[in-house]
Amino acid sequence: MHRFLGFVKKEFFHIFRDGRTMLVLFGIPVVQLLIFGYVVTNEIKDIKIAIFDQSKDEVTIEISNKIISSGYFKLEKNLDNISNIEEIFREGYVKEVIVFEPDFARKFEREGIAAIQILADASDANTANLIVNYTNAIIMDYVKKVNGSNQMPMKIEPEVRMIYNEGMKGVYMFVPGTMALILMLVSAMMTSISIAREKEMGTMEVLLVSPLKPFQIVTGKVIPYVVFAFINAVTIIVIGHFVFGMPIKGSVLFLLAESFLFISMALSLGILISTMAKSQQVAMFISVFVLMLPTLLLSGFIFPIENMPVILQWLSYIMPPKYFIIIIKNIMLKGTGIAFVWKETLILFGMMLFFIAVSVKKFKIRLE
Amino acid sequence: MEKQPIIVVENLVKKFGNFVANDNLTFRVKKGEIFGFLGANGAGKTTAIKILCGLSSPTSGKVTVAGFDVYRETNKIKQNIGYMSQKFSLYENLTVKENIRFYAGIYGLNKKVIDERMEELLSGLNIQELKNTLIASLPLGWKQKLAFSIAIFHKPKIVFLDEPTGGVDPIARRQFWDMIYDAARNGITVFVTTHYMDEAEYCDRVSIMVDGRIEALDTPAALKKAFAAENMDGVFLKLARKKSN
Repeated sequence: MHRFLGFVKKEFFHIFRDGRTMLVLFGIPVVQLLIFGYVVTNEIKDIKIAIFDQSKDEVTIEISNKIISSGYFKLEKNLDNISNIEEIFREGYVKEVIVFEPDFARKFEREGIAAIQILADASDANTANLIVNYTNAIIMDYVKKVNGSNQMPMKIEPEVRMIYNEGMKGVYMFVPGTMALILMLVSAMMTSISIAREKEMGTMEVLLVSPLKPFQIVTGKVIPYVVFAFINAVTIIVIGHFVFGMPIKGSVLFLLAESFLFISMALSLGILISTMAKSQQVAMFISVFVLMLPTLLLSGFIFPIENMPVILQWLSYIMPPKYFIIIIKNIMLKGTGIAFVWKETLILFGMMLFFIAVSVKKFKIRLE
Repeated sequence: MEKQPIIVVENLVKKFGNFVANDNLTFRVKKGEIFGFLGANGAGKTTAIKILCGLSSPTSGKVTVAGFDVYRETNKIKQNIGYMSQKFSLYENLTVKENIRFYAGIYGLNKKVIDERMEELLSGLNIQELKNTLIASLPLGWKQKLAFSIAIFHKPKIVFLDEPTGGVDPIARRQFWDMIYDAARNGITVFVTTHYMDEAEYCDRVSIMVDGRIEALDTPAALKKAFAAENMDGVFLKLARKKSN
């Protein structure tokens, strides 16, 4: 145990003395989160919209004015034909079309319910989601004011359609996504590089010849990264919650436990990579191309999996971050417990065991 | 009476599939001896060293190191040997002191012993003032001496040196061999591989491997006589030529 602790201590020295490592460990996660947070879900302003008002009564005009005067939207065009909608989206500068059904005011006042259709150009998924949410909020605000004195609450039912990108979900995608990305980066990439470094420097040979067992060597190398990855996970959750208002509806403990599972999975993947890579560069290269890019592209983080070609959808099934993102979203947004994510949890656990088994096998072969 | 053998190798065979890396090696290394282990690249030296260090198991044959069996007692072997490679294997971003502490720590020495021996080591090398210097800023010759001192810090019975003088200038090499002699005088058996034939002359006995077999094993003087060569270089060339004819 004494030997082992000395080993872990040495590993911390390595990390604290290397400015670049420190930067990757603590600087990048925060910066990345803030960039994704602020760039991807930017404040909206003067978004060009078109309105197709089939009713043109006092209610629709009032709602239109409220939307246009909010500062978020700018009326580009009043449409008078349903076929114009597609055309105007194709032109590209109008991002949203609001359609009022005929007889809007009458239905609203007599039947207590009227329908608005909100169509958004979701080729830019995040913006589309945002502007729809803003529009919704403005309409709801109007309804609330009208209802203020009434006994019988009246309702407007907005029907949202995302054009070009029907399956888009979740404005909070970036917090789970960034978390998956950063934990992958810290855990898998940093461990694989640090183990590859020992090989490159020749210190691995000396360690293997020493009385330390291979298991101890690997665990000793991994423990500091477990600690740092965990700190990162907590940082991201805290920033996501307090800076970006990401809700945490489920159990925080469960959230941390799942993060821990994902970290362990990523670490075993990092160990596997290090058994294949002889140098730090190779480890880096494999990490970036096998881990980072697929995490970004195929996990559903940036591009919705539902819209991918079938082959890529299949490929996304073997991307660990995909499952982590599903779990995190479930816990944070829906507040679900293990009952709803046991399948994903099991998959991550299985992946971890698989990576460990393969690493052990590869490690033995290499020693022979 | 001949001194007790500390490494005993009898009919050691190591195969990788059909490839025979070590073909029926038999030799003994005596306690306190400086044993040179020579051979061209790919002759099977590294494979043999890995087996002796307990990193790999032989396909067949009997091998004991420091009295322990390489099949069953690798942990005891590891505790009793030291190892240093061409790369000097020190952590560049740790200080001299931290490197010593770390390596001594993984051999289970306690802090008091470590501190005592560290003072000895530093004053022996006359580098007390470099105690808190990062390894990265030391010249190569110093790194090499330090790496060797650390390899024998836990007072192993045998130290394996795998091409320990690669890339170092002749003067530093000479000084390094003085350290090897000191260690041998203190009873540590030295098992050394090298590319430099002049270094082979410094060994008590030398074995020369060609294509997985030991083709010659004797004192440098006896080998030179047997091959009618002026120096070890000549012995080596004649052996290699004999083989290819």
